[in-house]
Amino acid sequence: MTKTVTDVVCPFCGTLCDDLEVEVTDDGKQILDVYNACAIGAEKFLHSQAKDRITRPRLQQPDGSWKEISYDEAADYTAKMLAGAKKPLMYGWSSTNCEAQSMGHEIAEMCCACVDNTAAVCHGTTLIAVQDIGLPTCTLGEVKNRADTIIFWGCNPCHAHPRHMSRYSIFPRGFFTGKGHKSRKLVVVDPRVTDTAKMADMHLQVTQGQDYELLNAFRVAFRNEWLPDVVAGIPKEKIIEAANIMKAGRFGIIFFGMGVTQSLGKNHNIDEAIAVTKDLNEYTKFSIMPMRGHYNVTGSGEVLAWQFGYPYSVDLTRGFPRYNPGDTSSIDLLTRGEIDAAFVIGSDPGAHFPISAVKQIAKVNSVCIDPHITPTSGVSKLHVPVAFVGVETGGNAYRMDNVPIDCRKVVDPPAGMLTDEEFLTMVRDRVKKLKGVA
Amino acid sequence: MAKITLNLISGRTISQGVAMEGGKEKDLYRKACGIIEMDDSDFKKLGCWKNTNVRVTSPYGTVIVKAQETSQGPHPGVGFIPMGPWANLLVNPNTYSTGMPTFKGTPVEVEVAMDQPILLGVELVQKACRGEL
Repeated sequence: MTKTVTDVVCPFCGTLCDDLEVEVTDDGKQILDVYNACAIGAEKFLHSQAKDRITRPRLQQPDGSWKEISYDEAADYTAKMLAGAKKPLMYGWSSTNCEAQSMGHEIAEMCCACVDNTAAVCHGTTLIAVQDIGLPTCTLGEVKNRADTIIFWGCNPCHAHPRHMSRYSIFPRGFFTGKGHKSRKLVVVDPRVTDTAKMADMHLQVTQGQDYELLNAFRVAFRNEWLPDVVAGIPKEKIIEAANIMKAGRFGIIFFGMGVTQSLGKNHNIDEAIAVTKDLNEYTKFSIMPMRGHYNVTGSGEVLAWQFGYPYSVDLTRGFPRYNPGDTSSIDLLTRGEIDAAFVIGSDPGAHFPISAVKQIAKVNSVCIDPHITPTSGVSKLHVPVAFVGVETGGNAYRMDNVPIDCRKVVDPPAGMLTDEEFLTMVRDRVKKLKGVA
Repeated sequence: MAKITLNLISGRTISQGVAMEGGKEKDLYRKACGIIEMDDSDFKKLGCWKNTNVRVTSPYGTVIVKAQETSQGPHPGVGFIPMGPWANLLVNPNTYSTGMPTFKGTPVEVEVAMDQPILLGVELVQKACRGEL
């Protein structure tokens, strides 16, 4: 016999789907199947059951081989590394729960570390823009029930947030959107004809890197002012047509992704996208929302902000929080060679940072806390495998619209394995002793 | 041999996401991310068959990947490598004081490299960090 755990929260992307059903063995020890999840979410649950999973911390030897050590020894190593470093970087946090983040920040404060999350390579520029001019936003529930005009700008939810469209933005029948996708207009702006663009009522194949120009052209089109014949590869007529679609809706929303945050212009692209949203509120109701990637990157921003006042790239080296992206951000700290120890948790900079930054992680003393074998664990001195948050332990996470949701524990981790929070608590207690903090 | 110049962008694909969760040390991850998606017209300019190994070179690095016909095109002049270590050997690390590297819009050169192997994800990063590439 098997039993089914219902209302499970998926710990993959910022959509944080909370309707998964997971079939487990009768003794509740093994996951057999996952229902309602997308392909990536299902793989995350199923891979946690892999037989070749690493279950104990391991220290990399000079010849590249690994030596298994206990969690106590791993906590000693980590505490000594952080307490002894002049300027340690504590990076990641986006694939763990808010409780672990909070514990990590305690350690960071005692060790005068730089704390950064994956917004650094994701929506960091969005956060700068929000600090510049604010963010007229809403929740995904409002999108489901009210939005009839959906803009996906530089994002591809078909691949990156696979259930976003079926749960919130395109297909569901909401209170004022009873006809589901038939009551919604979809406009996609992307330099490729993505699978999302193929579904759209209108696709604007913008020239890569010219999002700012196109956003600016929209602001001109809303005011019926003069436009050049072609802007960013899009003919004037098409821009005016898209502008009219946006103005005609009763409730619209712009979802935007890496296409705008990572292209040249960066935070200024987002400034302009927010200004477009602000302008549209002269004609109708419009909102804007970043498509956050990791399931709890939003939570990391929230926890950092309420504890230190800033949502990412926080520098505590002077004993108080400072924030200056470009100076205190992890890529810049690494490429300038300012870091003398790297602590990575709940993310994989080895795979997702430019290689010049990864080389610096490999050069200094480094600890990687991750259930998987990753390029980061491969170049770190110590790899500490932990339980999967959202699968083997619960905890709080924030959805992309800043709604906190409690993840559920589905099965036990392999015998003797610790959670992020338990391991960080061990490190915190050791750092306290080393630093002589009461 | 012919060389072509493309504008490189990177991003998520669903197979990249599945392979990533399945294990970055595995072959499936290399198959999902150790590729460059190119437009049909760019294959003609390069003068090679689809699914040929190619060397992609930018001002910041070089890497061997498999050239595949794009599934989300047409996008002539644009190359797409799914986010991962292969793309990150090429991208512009400059953040221009924003903290964010310029992951999209790196000019790259592509040339045929039929006999060169595509490394596994973890191995690729380890070798790059040891200066063995």
